[in-house]
Amino acid sequence: MADGLRVYRLMVAAKIRSAWQYRTSFVMFLFAQATITSLEFVTILLLFDVVPDLGGWDRREVALLYGLATLPFAASDLIISPVERLSVHVRAGTFDRFLLRPASSLLQICAMEFELRRIGKLLPAVAVLWWAMAGVDVDWTPSSVGLLVLALTSGTVIYSALWIATASLSFWIVATQEATNAVTYGGQFANEYPLHLYPGWIRAVLGWIVPLAFVAYVPAVALLDAPNPLALPDDLVYASIPVAAATLVVSLRLWSLGIRHYQSTGS
Amino acid sequence: MSRLWWEIARRSFRRASSYRLATASGVFVNTVFGYLRASILIFVATAAGGSIRGQSATDLATFAFVSQGFIMTIGAFGDHELAERIRTGDVVIDLYRPADLQLWWAATWFGRSGFLALARGIPPVVLGALAFDLEWPDPLWHWLPFLASVVLATTVGFALRFCSNLLTFWLLDNRGVEQLLTVLISFFSGLVLPITLFPSWLERIARALPFASMIQLPTELYLGRYDGMEIVSVLAQQAGWAVALLLVGRAVLRAATARVVIQGG
Repeated sequence: MADGLRVYRLMVAAKIRSAWQYRTSFVMFLFAQATITSLEFVTILLLFDVVPDLGGWDRREVALLYGLATLPFAASDLIISPVERLSVHVRAGTFDRFLLRPASSLLQICAMEFELRRIGKLLPAVAVLWWAMAGVDVDWTPSSVGLLVLALTSGTVIYSALWIATASLSFWIVATQEATNAVTYGGQFANEYPLHLYPGWIRAVLGWIVPLAFVAYVPAVALLDAPNPLALPDDLVYASIPVAAATLVVSLRLWSLGIRHYQSTGS
Repeated sequence: MSRLWWEIARRSFRRASSYRLATASGVFVNTVFGYLRASILIFVATAAGGSIRGQSATDLATFAFVSQGFIMTIGAFGDHELAERIRTGDVVIDLYRPADLQLWWAATWFGRSGFLALARGIPPVVLGALAFDLEWPDPLWHWLPFLASVVLATTVGFALRFCSNLLTFWLLDNRGVEQLLTVLISFFSGLVLPITLFPSWLERIARALPFASMIQLPTELYLGRYDGMEIVSVLAQQAGWAVALLLVGRAVLRAATARVVIQGG
C-alpha cells in the first residue's frame, strides 16, 4: 500500500510537469474550469433575479447547498474521475499494461490520467461555500462544523464511488461514457438545487437508485433552518456514512468483477 | 467541385452514424439534463406566477429540451480533429490537396451535423415530451424558418471552431482555448439558462454576441416568438454572423499557412 502511494505520487508529479510544458494552454484550461463551475452558480444567482427564493430557500441557503454539492464533486473529479478514461484504455487494449504492474490498477489509472487543471473546479466551490457559511443563519459550533465535515467527506466518497462504478461498466460495454456522465455530471447538477424543486419521480431516482440526495440536500436540511417540504428528519444526515460506505463497497466490487471479466482486445 | 464537397459530407455523415451505442448514450445524457433543467424552469415559472417575462412554464420546458438537442448539432462542445492534425503535422497533407481547407472541413462538419441533428437533436425533445407538456412550431410553416435557422446556427458553430482549431498553429495545444470557447458558448447561447431570463443589460450583451445565433435565436423561432419580418431579421442576423466568422476564419487560415513549419522528420 505504501509502495502504491509512492508510485502514485511519482506518476502524478510527472503528469504535473508535463502539463506545465504547455503553460498558456494550462492556464487557460484552469481558468476555463474555474469559470464553468462559477457559471453554474451565476445561473443560480440569475434565477434569484427572477424569483425571490428557490422553493423557500434564500441565496445563502442555496449557496450552502451548492457548496456541499460542488466541493466534494470537485475533489472527486480531481482525484478519482481520471478513472473515466478506462473506456479509452479498454478500447485501445492498453489496459493490459496496468494489470502487468504490481500495483492496484485503479490507483494506476487514476495517477496516469491525473490532470492538475481540474483543480480549477475547487476554487469556486471553496469560495461559494465560504460565502455561504459567512452569511447563512447557522451557528457554527463544533457540532455543526462536524456535520459539515461529515457531509463533505461522505459526499466525496459517494461521488468517487459513482465515478468508479460508472467507469467499471466499460469492462462490459465501451462507448457508453456519455451515458455515465448523466449520473456523475448530471447528478452533480441536480444536487445544486433543492431537491423539492423536482417532480417526485426524479427525487425517487436521486434518493433511492443513485444516492445523490445524501451528498448535499440531506446535510443541508440538517444544517439549515430552511423550509423542508419533504419533511426529511435532521438525523437522516447520519445515514450518509453507511450510504457512502455501501456505494464505495459496491463500486469497488464492480471494478474487481470487471477486471475478472476483462479479456483484452484481440486482433 | 461541388460533387467533392457532397461526397465528403456524405462520408462524414456515415462515419458519425457508425457509433450507435455512443449515440444512444449521448441521447440519454442530453435527455437527463433536459429533465433536470425543465423541472427547475417549470418550478421557477410556477413560483413566479405561471410565467416569466412572457414565457410560460411550457415555453421554458420546451426551451430546455430543444436547447439540449442543439448541443451536438452545432458542435457546442467543440471538435479537436483539425487541431490534432495541426499538432501532429498531418495538416500538411490537407494543405497539399487541391481543395480549400476551410470548405473541406466545413463539408466534414455539415455531414456530421446532419446526422447529429437527426440522432441527437430530435430524440431528447421527443423523450422530453413523454414526461412534460411541450410545444411544437405552430403554424406548421414555422418549421421552415426554424430549419433554416438550424443550418445557420451550425454554420456559426463551424466558423467559430474552425478559428479556434487554427490557433493550434500558434499554441500547439489549443485545448485551453477550446474550453474557454465552450464556456462562452454555454453561457451566452442560452444553453445553461435562456438569455431571456438574464437581467436586461446582460440580455442585451448576449444578443449582441454571435453565440445567441447558435441556440437562443433558433429556439425562439421554434417557440414562435417571432413573426413576419421579424423572422427574416433573425435569420439575417444569423447569416451575418456566419459570413463574418467564416471570413475571419479565412484570414486566420491565410496567416497560419504562411507560418507552417512541418514538424517531425
